[in-house]
Amino acid sequence: MKIAVCVKQTFDTEAKIVLKDGKVSDDGVNLIINPYDETAVEEALQIKEKQGGEVVVVSAGNDKTQDAIRQALAMGADKGILINADPNADEYARAVILSKVVGGLGADLILCGHVAADDGSSQVPTRLAEILNLPHVNVVNKLELNGGVATCTRETDGGTEIIDVKLPAIITCQVGMNEPRYPSMKGIMQAKKKPVDKVAGEAVASKVTIASYFIPPAKAAGKKIEVDAPEAAAQLVNWMKNEVRVIG
Amino acid sequence: MAKGTWVVIDQRDGKIRKVSLELICKAREFGDEVAAVVMGSGIEGLAAEIGKYGADKVYVVDDAKFAQYNTGAYAAQLAAMAKKYEPATILFGHSAMGKDLAPRTAQKLEAGLVTDCTAVEFDGGKLTFTRPIYAGKAFAKVNVDTAPVMATIRANIYDLTEAPKSPEVIKADVAVSDADMYQNVKEFIATVSSRPELTEANYVVSGGRGAKGPEGFVMLGELADIFGAAVGASRAAVDSGWIDNQYQVGQTGKVVNPILYVAAGISGAIQHVAGMSSSKNIVAINKDPEAAIFNVSDFGIVGDMHAVIPEVIKLLKK
Repeated sequence: MKIAVCVKQTFDTEAKIVLKDGKVSDDGVNLIINPYDETAVEEALQIKEKQGGEVVVVSAGNDKTQDAIRQALAMGADKGILINADPNADEYARAVILSKVVGGLGADLILCGHVAADDGSSQVPTRLAEILNLPHVNVVNKLELNGGVATCTRETDGGTEIIDVKLPAIITCQVGMNEPRYPSMKGIMQAKKKPVDKVAGEAVASKVTIASYFIPPAKAAGKKIEVDAPEAAAQLVNWMKNEVRVIG
Repeated sequence: MAKGTWVVIDQRDGKIRKVSLELICKAREFGDEVAAVVMGSGIEGLAAEIGKYGADKVYVVDDAKFAQYNTGAYAAQLAAMAKKYEPATILFGHSAMGKDLAPRTAQKLEAGLVTDCTAVEFDGGKLTFTRPIYAGKAFAKVNVDTAPVMATIRANIYDLTEAPKSPEVIKADVAVSDADMYQNVKEFIATVSSRPELTEANYVVSGGRGAKGPEGFVMLGELADIFGAAVGASRAAVDSGWIDNQYQVGQTGKVVNPILYVAAGISGAIQHVAGMSSSKNIVAINKDPEAAIFNVSDFGIVGDMHAVIPEVIKLLKK
């Protein structure tokens, strides 16, 4: 089984966000693999360990993005492809750029995180599926493969769904689906020797324009009390009833 | 010439999600025709309910192919209709369905899409969407440069205001091929709960590591039932197995936006805060005075939830 995993390099989720010249600054920010994509890498590795095959990691970014690919290789992926792409490309453009590479891999299964921790858009994998004319299932927390069919369990509004799709397909992974492994020292050494192909992404016009960014004003400090439980409860109930009037 | 706003209705078993109706109310402000698109099976009755909120038109697609939400059929149908009728704008709730359907449809239409919006401004004939990035640590204002303009919008942002109309009902032709039915939805296991659904609830009571076990959630459930609240949880509580995955609030779970959010024994990790920080009033109860949750709370109690919550229940039951 050939599995392609699309990963995005994102800011560390604890990073402080600062604007510089009206844009989000990456000065001094620690970069990581998007945690949802890390889950996808782990899922791919577990499938490979069970069934055999090859795991190819694809990422669109710049030279720094190699670190994210190397980490996936250190976890156990076999090969990386780095697409040099415009960092300002929107979701449409990124999906088109990725499709040129991913579409040529002949993968039986394409795994992605269901969302990126930076822009939170949840668009690129689904758009990629449409471009490649493949079925997709989003936000999957359990995946079983059987005879060319992927059985996906996902949480949806009001319940749990179990959906079958035929392979090849794109499945987007939810954190919690597995426990991503830490790369071993041996894995890190081996990763250095694994191939990372560099390809130039084509120029694709975006469909949306970001007019501006802003940092929300810091929330005014709320009340904070440290009293015994009955008194705390009394003050809270009074606040709910008489100050913010959220209860009758 | 593209005109009018479409709101794609999210419904299951004939029950419309509130966010869909909220968006119809909002779209009335744009001063152009407002149409709803409702897909399903055995759903003729829904047009009247949609009309209550001021839709001018309702496109009804009623066929067995739409009995269960499946991306392929819904996206193919919606894209075919958008090509035929050319709406200027297509809005979706940022629900599980909207999140899944909007990007697939947008790609079919080669259209721009802005997801998870927390505000929409209509100015000079142009829509500007505001959306959180970096888990709400920053926001972006975004314009869509295509026709149609497409966006998904969070629940509980806009009020429901009735403006009854008798909408024109248009039965749309089914435009779905067998190849579009690529998702076989084998099973839907509905959550059985007497409580409101998390993403639509006006009140949410959530517990975290401080709940210490399933019993903690029994207590939080008791408080929730006094408010008519939904119960939520942090990832720590879900990972500990004290409560099911579907109750998880945060970036790895559901985004909630209630009038009142009670965070009990929740530390306030950024991924949790991303899912609840837009709540109108936030109460935090935590033993650790330094817990990050106090940075976003309006009313904080430094104390043990196991001591405080029973006292709150006692007072509210009086």
